Amino acid sequence: MANGVGRAFAAYNAAMNLELVFLARLRERFGVARERLLWDGEGERVADLLAALRMRGGAFAVELAPERSWRVAVNHEVVDLDYVLADGDEVAIFPPVTGG
Amino acid sequence: MVGASVSFVGYVRDVNDGAEVGAMFLEHYPGMTERELHAIAAQAHARWPIIDTLIIHRVGELPALAQIVLVAVTSAHRSDAFAACEFIMDYLKTRAPFWKRERTTQGERWVDARDSDTAAAARWQT
Repeated sequence: MANGVGRAFAAYNAAMNLELVFLARLRERFGVARERLLWDGEGERVADLLAALRMRGGAFAVELAPERSWRVAVNHEVVDLDYVLADGDEVAIFPPVTGG
Repeated sequence: MVGASVSFVGYVRDVNDGAEVGAMFLEHYPGMTERELHAIAAQAHARWPIIDTLIIHRVGELPALAQIVLVAVTSAHRSDAFAACEFIMDYLKTRAPFWKRERTTQGERWVDARDSDTAAAARWQT
């Protein structure tokens, strides 16, 4: 059961408040611009949060699929999937930028 | 001593990917966009002996042929100003959080990022 115990412990990491921001085409697809999320799911990395968002199904599952092109910024700085989230973080998810 | 000034202006094209563009909406991410533009300008100053940089980028509704962006760089010698100006534009296009939505004769659509822009920015990575 060692694996089971480890898994149970991981589920008890501290819950954290996240401010989710969806931008441009993704805002329209998800139908929401901002969302306050009490995140107490499995794991604390950006990858874990995205996996949870995909579980919502619909546009979240389609648009956030690994092969689609999206970017994540935490507190206004682009991060990768291994970035460890913390309480109070603002997590923005958006399509590749097209300014200029 | 400013010996050279190079500036670039980007406009809303009235035809894009074969469709006539009537107007464009520029979205940005307040806070991060400004931060990213400052970071890009700082990188240009770090790489070239330039004297000053100016970046102006409009947001909101823009009609066809309207000016979208101005990048201006001053330096003692032209090669630095030319290079830095192009660098700033290439990085702005691939890193600064802006998104374009076009109103065309065939309806509204979000502009997709172009591989050519990604390639242009990659050139500056030594």
